[in-house]
Amino acid sequence: MCLGIPGQIVEVTDEDRMMAMAEVSGVRREVNVACIAQGPLSELIGKWALIHVGFAMSEIDEDEAAKTLEALRGLGEAQETLEAMAQGDAALEGTA
Amino acid sequence: MKYAEEFRDPVAARAVLDKIAEVVDQIGATAEKPVHIMEICGGHTHAIFRYGLDKLTPAGIEFIHGPGCPVCVLPMSRVDECVQLAERPEVIFTTFGDAMRVPGTRKSLMQAKAEGADIRMVYSPLDALEIARRNPDREVVFFGLGFETTTPSTALSIQQAAREELSNFSVFCNHITVPPPIKALLDDPHMILDGFVGPGHVSMVIGVHPYDFIAEEYGKPLVVAGFEPLDLLQSVLMVLEQIRDGRAQIENQYARVVPEHGNAVSLAAIADVYEERPSFEWRGLGEIDASGLRIRDAYAAFDAEVKFQIGYGAGPRHVEEPEGCACGAAMTGRMKPVNCPQFGLGCTPEMPLGALMVSSEGACAAYYQYGGARAVEAAE
Repeated sequence: MCLGIPGQIVEVTDEDRMMAMAEVSGVRREVNVACIAQGPLSELIGKWALIHVGFAMSEIDEDEAAKTLEALRGLGEAQETLEAMAQGDAALEGTA
Repeated sequence: MKYAEEFRDPVAARAVLDKIAEVVDQIGATAEKPVHIMEICGGHTHAIFRYGLDKLTPAGIEFIHGPGCPVCVLPMSRVDECVQLAERPEVIFTTFGDAMRVPGTRKSLMQAKAEGADIRMVYSPLDALEIARRNPDREVVFFGLGFETTTPSTALSIQQAAREELSNFSVFCNHITVPPPIKALLDDPHMILDGFVGPGHVSMVIGVHPYDFIAEEYGKPLVVAGFEPLDLLQSVLMVLEQIRDGRAQIENQYARVVPEHGNAVSLAAIADVYEERPSFEWRGLGEIDASGLRIRDAYAAFDAEVKFQIGYGAGPRHVEEPEGCACGAAMTGRMKPVNCPQFGLGCTPEMPLGALMVSSEGACAAYYQYGGARAVEAAE
């Protein structure tokens, strides 16, 4: 549970709350970008970050993102994280 | 050498393995007189077993599995308090899924949920915030657990709740920090540790300097490592080279992700919301000074301990481990998981007796998951 998963920032969703949409292994998930934002949030679009429990923690380059994702898949952690994201969505509806 | 084929770059892996063997020889380490290297992070423990690094490296290296799995070091009394909170009718208890199966003295959160408690597994504390917004007539408690990687997420969520004046959201804080248990282990006269592989994603938040005391006061090397198998091998090599050269330094193998001084925004959020507890209980290790965090008085409205009068100071703390559970000995490297009489019998990942069997980052679960397959291969 302590590992971050690479995601690409694709859209700013809420400037005030520092929220953006990230794509993680083909799954879209809203994440907080406070820890990596250094200017306007729109500058983050297209960038890659290590995302941990819904927070973008560190900006990484695309090659590092690919290598990390591969390592996480090898450990079964990528699948576990995607399942946790789906579980989180279900929890909002009170069904998980 | 079968496992080396699984590396994304087997040629590079072999080169590092050859170099490791050479340095182990130069040190004069053998199976009888090994070098003891502790990997602190549970993610590293998982990777070592997944890729068979303990078998690929020479017998002169003994890996000691550190206390870096937050679920594994969670004391039973805290699980009991989670259950107590979750069973309150007004509470929606939100938690990471990893914590669901950790045994308490009466039951786990999984059992409490089966009995009707409103417990929801979330991916992020942000999910818990959203549940609080959607359920203004319920009290939403988030189970904040984890090391420095996870702590900024709950700190930022509490700050957000404060901005929104979300009065039905609170955090049951069980955040812990990496350096104090390392100090406790180094102070333990029974522990033999020659060097450390440091955690990657924790260090991305705190940087490398919180480990300085390990080199300066205890004369031991530490190398912050990524968790690709090749990262781990390179880090082990860097630790060994320091031992061979009689150096003790904090080095950063994972500089492409870990900045020297950590992440400023994360550290500021942690400092704003949290303060050190005088001490905190770790399963298997006991009370460790200044190893846990509590929510500052300024944010008391979001502190489940204050709101529900539960937790540290509210009752007796220490609870004995279940009969036959040797997690404490395994956690401090005094016993190999496979030597525990309950291993694989009274304690399995499906029905864990002790916490080290619960999470894939726990040493026992890693032995159980990968050790069996390797034993079969060795026999063939």
